[in-house]
Amino acid sequence: MLEQIDNLLSVFPEVVQTLIWIILKILVIVIPVSLSVAYITLAERKVISYIQVRIGPNRVGPRGLLQPIADGLKLIMKETIIPSNANKILFIIAPVLAFVPAIAAFAVIPFDEGMILADIDAGILYVLAMTSMGVYGIIIAGWASNSKYAFLSAIRSAAQIVSYEIAMGFALVCVLMAGGSLNLVDIVNAQQGSIIHWFWIPLFPMFIVYFLSGVAETNRSPFDVAEGESELVAGFHVEYSSMTFSVFFLAEYSAMILIALLTSLMFLGGWLSPFQGIPLLEELFAWVPGIVWLLLKTSIFLFLFLWFRATFPRFRYDQIMRLGWKVFIPLTIVWIVVLGVAVLAGLGPWFD
Amino acid sequence: MNTESVLFYLFAAILVFASGMVVTVKNSVYAALWLVLAFFTTAGVWLLLEAEFLAITLVLVYVGAVMVLFLFVVMMLDIDIAPLKEGFTRYLPIGLLIGAVIVIEIVIIVGPERFGLEAMPAPIPHAADYSNTKELGRLLYIDYVYPFELAAVILVLAIIAAIVLTLRPKRWSKFVAVEKQLEAKSSDRVRVVKMPSEKKKH
Repeated sequence: MLEQIDNLLSVFPEVVQTLIWIILKILVIVIPVSLSVAYITLAERKVISYIQVRIGPNRVGPRGLLQPIADGLKLIMKETIIPSNANKILFIIAPVLAFVPAIAAFAVIPFDEGMILADIDAGILYVLAMTSMGVYGIIIAGWASNSKYAFLSAIRSAAQIVSYEIAMGFALVCVLMAGGSLNLVDIVNAQQGSIIHWFWIPLFPMFIVYFLSGVAETNRSPFDVAEGESELVAGFHVEYSSMTFSVFFLAEYSAMILIALLTSLMFLGGWLSPFQGIPLLEELFAWVPGIVWLLLKTSIFLFLFLWFRATFPRFRYDQIMRLGWKVFIPLTIVWIVVLGVAVLAGLGPWFD
Repeated sequence: MNTESVLFYLFAAILVFASGMVVTVKNSVYAALWLVLAFFTTAGVWLLLEAEFLAITLVLVYVGAVMVLFLFVVMMLDIDIAPLKEGFTRYLPIGLLIGAVIVIEIVIIVGPERFGLEAMPAPIPHAADYSNTKELGRLLYIDYVYPFELAAVILVLAIIAAIVLTLRPKRWSKFVAVEKQLEAKSSDRVRVVKMPSEKKKH
């Protein structure tokens, strides 16, 4: 099929051909991500329902499976309301600014050996730069809405994301020290061997810090003070309706998928099989493509996101700041020193 | 004109326009957002110069962190613009004079004879496996390690100075030690009393 497309495109000049190829590749990533977002919303409602001994959505389609589509249709049909004193341009741009970085970061994610859109050298840095830009959508939305609740939420979110980004960055420094590269493909390949060679054992504290900072960066419960419906109604998107509102949700859930993907790439060996190095099981599962393992690992983290939401009460704001600045950042700095000594002493490849 | 120069002129045009808007728009939030765009397009120009590490770091540090804090402050300001505009015409000539002097100085230093294509030829294109990050690390941590460490010490000094300047004694704030909060148990605060229910007397 790829050859047929190639033949079809050969009428165009070469620049246009590469452009069309890149757009096709982007679509191959973006469409499954958007579909996953739709079904994560359903999974979220179902998981939380079962945790709370309810059944959850079960009316639309078999076992409620068409619920996200019904929700999407409903949102499209609603009226887009722009508050009378809102800043119109920024009000419309804000959801786009939230969504674009979340999707753009997927460009450097390797889904399998060689299955990557842009294999750039500084992959981790690029991802960090993109995720840190997502906060603009929230800040601008909060400011442009001309609403006190939205504004308070924007300020909370800005402070929270800037604080947790530091811990996240330091955790990534540990990963790149252990992997010896900023490139995500090299980092996964550095974890070759078996399940105990994955970075989650030598970098266990960083694994926890990274994932929790990720939860904080995506504004998910228990760090969701930016939304905090009990105090701020709905936070930064309180004035948004219809598609502008749903784009914020697309952004939030894409960012969740991204964090889950990155955590499994950097700490759980990405597309590597968990049975690597185990004599009988390795051959038995050799036929499974790497992307399946990666998506399975990602699902574990996505489930954790939902589990957290159903289990923990929301943090108080000063406690969030304390956790970020006084617990995570010192912990990561200490671990960088420990890891530096380990690298100097020639420890690693780990646990051989 | 090849794609590279088209991209350069596109980025350069956006950059110049955005930088102009930073100093001319009235709303300070808009100014900060234009500055974000300016940083972003600068990163694009740097990418064209094959400085991918620096370009991404520019976005990460300036767009992702510094400008967020800028916006944070600017959004909370409630400036009355009118008094700031007072005496605009009176100070205009001297402002123009200072502006002209600065422009002349900049042109003298970074004029075409020093930064033209002859003086600064375009970098030699490297192969795809050339690692910009590694080269930069080598320069920073081997060739220039002492200046680098010195800069780090100065920055730490600045951080400590900022913290000392803004440190408030504890009695000024309603601060509760976290250890004490964590030590609190429900058994210390709530006493559950069990007593038999009373019966109605006939």
